[in-house]
Amino acid sequence: MAKYSPNDGLVVVNNLVKRFPIKGGILGREVASVKAISDVSFTIKKGETLGLVGESGCGKSTLGRCILRLIEPTSGEVYFGGQNVLGLNSDELRRIRRKMQIIFQDPYASLNPRMTVGSIISEPIKIHNLAQGPEVTKRVEKLLDLCGLRREAINRYPHEFSGGQRQRICIARALAVEPEFIVCDEPVSALDVSIQAQIINLLQDLQQELKLTYLFIAHDLKVVEHISNRVAVMYLGKIAEMASGDDLYRDPKHPYTKALFSAIPSANPRGKKQRILLQGDVPSPINVPSGCTFHPRCPMVRDNCKADIPALDAKAPDHLAACHYSHLVAKELGSGGTHRGSEAVVSTN
Amino acid sequence: MSTPVLEVKNLRTAFRVEGGQLIAVDDVSFSVMPGQTIGIVGESGCGKSVTSLSIMGLIPNPPGKIIGGEILYKGKNLVNLPAPEMRKIRGNEISMIFQEPMTSLNPVFTIGNQIMETIILHQKLSKADAKLKAIEMLRLVGIPAPERRVDDYPHQLSGGMRQRVMIAMALSCNPSVLIADEPTTALDVTIQAQILELIKGLREKLNMAVVLITHDLGVVAETCNYVVVMYAGKVVEQGTAEDIFFRPSHPYTRGLLNSIPAERADGDERKKGRLETIPGLVPNLLNLPKGCRFMERCKRAQPETCSKAEPALDLVGAGHKAACFFPYKEERTPGATESRAEGAAKNRAEA
Repeated sequence: MAKYSPNDGLVVVNNLVKRFPIKGGILGREVASVKAISDVSFTIKKGETLGLVGESGCGKSTLGRCILRLIEPTSGEVYFGGQNVLGLNSDELRRIRRKMQIIFQDPYASLNPRMTVGSIISEPIKIHNLAQGPEVTKRVEKLLDLCGLRREAINRYPHEFSGGQRQRICIARALAVEPEFIVCDEPVSALDVSIQAQIINLLQDLQQELKLTYLFIAHDLKVVEHISNRVAVMYLGKIAEMASGDDLYRDPKHPYTKALFSAIPSANPRGKKQRILLQGDVPSPINVPSGCTFHPRCPMVRDNCKADIPALDAKAPDHLAACHYSHLVAKELGSGGTHRGSEAVVSTN
Repeated sequence: MSTPVLEVKNLRTAFRVEGGQLIAVDDVSFSVMPGQTIGIVGESGCGKSVTSLSIMGLIPNPPGKIIGGEILYKGKNLVNLPAPEMRKIRGNEISMIFQEPMTSLNPVFTIGNQIMETIILHQKLSKADAKLKAIEMLRLVGIPAPERRVDDYPHQLSGGMRQRVMIAMALSCNPSVLIADEPTTALDVTIQAQILELIKGLREKLNMAVVLITHDLGVVAETCNYVVVMYAGKVVEQGTAEDIFFRPSHPYTRGLLNSIPAERADGDERKKGRLETIPGLVPNLLNLPKGCRFMERCKRAQPETCSKAEPALDLVGAGHKAACFFPYKEERTPGATESRAEGAAKNRAEA
């Protein structure tokens, strides 16, 4: 059963599943599987930024790559501009990839050290035949300007640049083919705070100027909330909650979201907030817990959570959550913002 | 008033590199009281880790060398202490937790073995007693079923668990000073919260002094009493957490605080603006600008004054020092953002 129709947004994902088989024994049979993504559905509208947060191993990067078919999903549907991405042959896929690009986390690892910046940025232009001859150089220069790099960069090599500048090069390369949709996979996690802000601003400016659509994957909740229109919180391969950033902060409907936000250290020594400490670690995605996958760590777990799988339902307008007891989250775990420092003011002295 | 357990005075650490001498830590001073947490913050390459390694006597020589200053542990200078004596202190009275729990544990020994090694070395316990102590330490840091876990190898544990093992190891000899170098950077937020709570609890229980090194200002705000902000090898500002977060004097501190997405107050519907940025890059330590090291990136810089001499770290309030000719005096209003158009033009100019 498809949840969304192909034209509900620029990117539509329906019931996406990805399992990585684990082979064992002498015959190399599949003995188990890593359930990286189980039954994920969402849409991203044109010009919108959907943030994707979650702890390591929750499947957020796999999800980003499945949309671009850098990883082949096990089942499900992905539509881009109404076209079924998973049904395309390699030629058609290459053509559609012009419109979908990705920026990776590590700007040190994702640039070829033997290529000049000019050739790195012009390669996609040549592959997609978007310009010829001197036209190419002109385009590269324009892209450098756009991403705040000097034109002299064209003949230099990646090692001559700092992390922030390399990330600008990666962004310029992604923009070279004039994409509509960019998956930003932890684009600022490897950067220092002051450089992080520069890159976030750049991504926001580019979005406005070029009407881009982003899937912004990060584990830094503050950054995601800042840049996104809507945020999806993932836990063990499933979306636990999806709503606007404001709604998520103000009125989380899933205990995991609440705990996650309460765990962010606040840059305000006066506002000691109420913290919900989750016990233990994220369970292995090989042996996913029964029922609600969050139940072993949930502070408000009930008996039926161990058996019944909660559906991702609308609990308020444009606010989806997968929890049987979402109406009790505010009551049992404290109401209001988790991250406001509105609780007792404790002096640090 | 108790006496500080650790005092760093005018520490200077240099490295010999191709093209000259690189002074990674230049004139850093601070002191830590028992039971206090002091935070050292700054971006990569600012010298915060070199400061901690200098305290531990772990600067590889050559190429590195402490070229000036004193590190006083309970009144005893650790700089140039003979190696056997330093070995008695390191891991026993001052211990350290490193950033990467994945790489700091030896994969071919069980975690029990690795914790026992410290205990046997410093406390002269028998193997059986050391094992009991190791189990006790694992229980203290909240590892479930420590009797079984003690025989596990590092790869059998998750990241958070490995960091707990590192902490257990560091605390096994009841140190008076714990140096934590980015203890939670490699961990997820929920695990980070667990580890920070743990360090906080143990500090109170054992009356330890903690030196926390991090780039995350949120972590500092939550755990530290006193904060040292470093930039390009120098201390630019130091003061109580209150001073640093509400009355930051140095433009760099202010810039750092403003570049993290702000927490908007309840009901604040203000449209998210641009983040304030610090333009440009950290200067090369081999080729430092004349005068103030932050001048080129500073919005308040006045070239005539700032390029002439390096500003001294002067008092700007009680126990609050800043190294700036034009320090901010007013309180900081968090979440100040600039207009989009103005910022967009600036962003272009930045790189």
